[in-house]
Amino acid sequence: MRKLAAFWMLAVALAGCGGSDNAGEDGTLTVYSGREEELVAPLFDRFEEETGIEVEVRYADSAELAATIAEEGDNSPADVFFAQDPGSLGAVEDQLAELPEEILDRVDERFRDADGRWVGTSGRARVIVYNTDELSEDEVPDSVFDLPDPKWRGRIGLAPTNASFQAFVTAMRLDVGDERTRQWLEGLKANDPKFYEKNTPTVEATASGEIDLGLVNHYYLYLVKAEQGEDTSIANKYLPGDDPGALVSVAGAAVLEGAENAKGAVRFVEFLLSDESQRFYTEEAEEAEIPLVDGIEPREGVPSLDELAQRGPDVDLSSFGAELEKTLELLNETGYTS
Amino acid sequence: MVRGGARGRPPLSLALPAVVTVALLLLPLAYLVLRAASGGSSAWHGLWRRSTADLLWSTGLLVVGVTAASVTVGVTLAWLVTRTDLPGRRAWAVAGTLPLVIPSYVAAFCLLGAFGPRGLLQQLLGVDRLPEVYGYPGALCALTLSTYPYVLLLTAAALRGLDPALEEAARGLGRTPFQTFRQVTLPGLRPAIGAGALLVALYSLSDFGVVSLMRYDALTRAIYLQYRALFDRTPAAVLALVLVALTALVLLLEGRSRRRTHRSSPGVARRPRPHALGRWKLPALAFCAAVVGVFLLVPTAVLVYWLARGVGDAELPWRETLNSVTASALAAVVAAVAALPVAFLAHRYPTFWTRLLERLSFAGNALPGIVIALSLVFFAANYASPLYQTLALLVFAYVVRFLPQALAGIESALASVSPRVEEASRALGRGPLRTVATVTVPLVRPGIYAGAALIFLSSLKELPATLLLRPIGFDTLATEIWRLTSVGAYSRAAVPALILIAVSAPFVYLLSSRHEPRPVEHG
Repeated sequence: MRKLAAFWMLAVALAGCGGSDNAGEDGTLTVYSGREEELVAPLFDRFEEETGIEVEVRYADSAELAATIAEEGDNSPADVFFAQDPGSLGAVEDQLAELPEEILDRVDERFRDADGRWVGTSGRARVIVYNTDELSEDEVPDSVFDLPDPKWRGRIGLAPTNASFQAFVTAMRLDVGDERTRQWLEGLKANDPKFYEKNTPTVEATASGEIDLGLVNHYYLYLVKAEQGEDTSIANKYLPGDDPGALVSVAGAAVLEGAENAKGAVRFVEFLLSDESQRFYTEEAEEAEIPLVDGIEPREGVPSLDELAQRGPDVDLSSFGAELEKTLELLNETGYTS
Repeated sequence: MVRGGARGRPPLSLALPAVVTVALLLLPLAYLVLRAASGGSSAWHGLWRRSTADLLWSTGLLVVGVTAASVTVGVTLAWLVTRTDLPGRRAWAVAGTLPLVIPSYVAAFCLLGAFGPRGLLQQLLGVDRLPEVYGYPGALCALTLSTYPYVLLLTAAALRGLDPALEEAARGLGRTPFQTFRQVTLPGLRPAIGAGALLVALYSLSDFGVVSLMRYDALTRAIYLQYRALFDRTPAAVLALVLVALTALVLLLEGRSRRRTHRSSPGVARRPRPHALGRWKLPALAFCAAVVGVFLLVPTAVLVYWLARGVGDAELPWRETLNSVTASALAAVVAAVAALPVAFLAHRYPTFWTRLLERLSFAGNALPGIVIALSLVFFAANYASPLYQTLALLVFAYVVRFLPQALAGIESALASVSPRVEEASRALGRGPLRTVATVTVPLVRPGIYAGAALIFLSSLKELPATLLLRPIGFDTLATEIWRLTSVGAYSRAAVPALILIAVSAPFVYLLSSRHEPRPVEHG
């Protein structure tokens, strides 16, 4: 029995050790990143180099990190929340600090929180990705409202449980109203669309010819081409006019109210909006997101912000968090998520 | 047949650790109740919808299907490799257990890569369309792949421990091998099969990766969607409590089917004379080949194909491997030790309370990882902040998720050790605790090792809790796979996936080639 007791002591001792390295020592900055490590890690490295502030990053899904921050409450070790979508940022807005005016002003009002608690750091446009073996750009519809046409039966793919698709439906609701959105969802559903878990598999399915059209964000095209080769038969179509399918949304960053390293946190957000970091999206980042700061042009083939500003629905991104519940209800009722 | 075991009240030195362990395992449940209660009644109203009934139905369908398939495959394989003259039994035993090391989300990716639209098979056959894998068939296949080895392991171990004399007598009396199996062997195997089926059922209740990739509407998927919906964590908690209720139902069913069968005479552990398969040899070989082919070779082939397609500049993730092994090994040790008092209490001091304690320890096992993770985030960040985001908490999360696997190993070993041996020790003047330490623990040691190995393998594959609870920068093989697949970089993701399989393989070899438990010395 003594052995058993000894085992137990050992177990307890083991559970006790393991060292706590989350102490917010001076100089280190803790970032919760819902943005993929593959895409943003170079930005963190550069920030460290430039400022000497050591960055510790926790990577996970944006929504799960938002839930984590909410559960942590005032004890959150996070200084910065760097998220994939306005919805995740909005979900924890009570725990976010207001950002300084000069940082907010770097970005157009459309791409930041109305109360200044988060700011967009890069843009992503909704597009229709299509298989270039099957279709030419002209054959791809100019509006998402054409998609319920029977000729697209079984040829469309989308990711109804993904935040980016839900944001697009929210935009449509705010733009044309709930009733018309419901009709559109029902019409599209009757056309037998294929559902995917996320944007990447939707684009992969378009590339493989499983579907001909996909409703996705623009930059997944570049990720799939990086994996499958430049000659992969896919292309993006940016919808013209004020179509909801031309929505431009953002990934964004925020500083937590209880941040131990508040100074470093603000400095990091400032860094994300510096010309140099913004140019990173144009010149280096595999996924070619759209810079949000004036004067930085996007990658060739990606429309500039000014160009995009002419299109897309006129909607307030910072209201998306509050609108999400209604959107989900609608998606549930029309059979997209149930 | 002896009912029960050591008599009298359980000693405090056993009861206290058991109670503390189970209390800690109940933390996620406490969290769910707290969250569900904080939301008011509207969240509960949401339950009375048709969609909830649909969810329950589709979840039930999946759990029953996976359990049935896993038991069929697992028991058949176990019998073939332990009781027949199947050529290459040892090799089949190991190869048949190996799918255990493939994380179920990787299995789903690979099955889709092989059988999905425009997958490898379609390219090979050069056809336009294959039957749809998404939905029920795909989910069933991927989950069976990751779970039938539990049944195989536990059943094979039980078969090796079962006295072959009875079966030989039945054969001698003219029963066919099949009749012998059904009438003599199967009843003796029931506890092992039940324990295996329980692990399978709870695994399929809790798994998220497969149902999400296969786009099958199960409860866990709905729970994740609720968490993704952000605005309120109450509905997710309510749905998770529904899952807990389903778990309770499964536990109840298993508890009923379980018969306490101790071998009154342990018999001599010896190799049974194998059944000659005769003309069944080819079909049996074909069965083994099919199982190993679909569940092991196909996923591995897909991974290798992805690897070969890649650019080839992949760095080997040594640090991640070391991290994975460290955390999982700690979890294995802690869980095996923590499970011991619980298992022992339930088997040797069987009262309502000790059984209940044992059943309660399953609370975390059927919950999806995200629920475990968030509950520990909540408790640790607010009430144990020095522990928050430490290795210790991560190890604890693994223990909460997987402890029942250690229980299964220890309990099936306990069931095959006659309490009479312990009684003899008591009669000879040793106290109850000394008896446990000097008689029982050595006898069930193989079971403890088996349980620890299962925990190790499961922790190695764990993803959702690892993502949220690991110390910052503590990358593991599982998080590497996640990092790369989430941007679609499958060719690079194949590297950590193959390493994960390679690291796990020796443990599976040890588990599956464990020979007959050491002969029990009669008193």
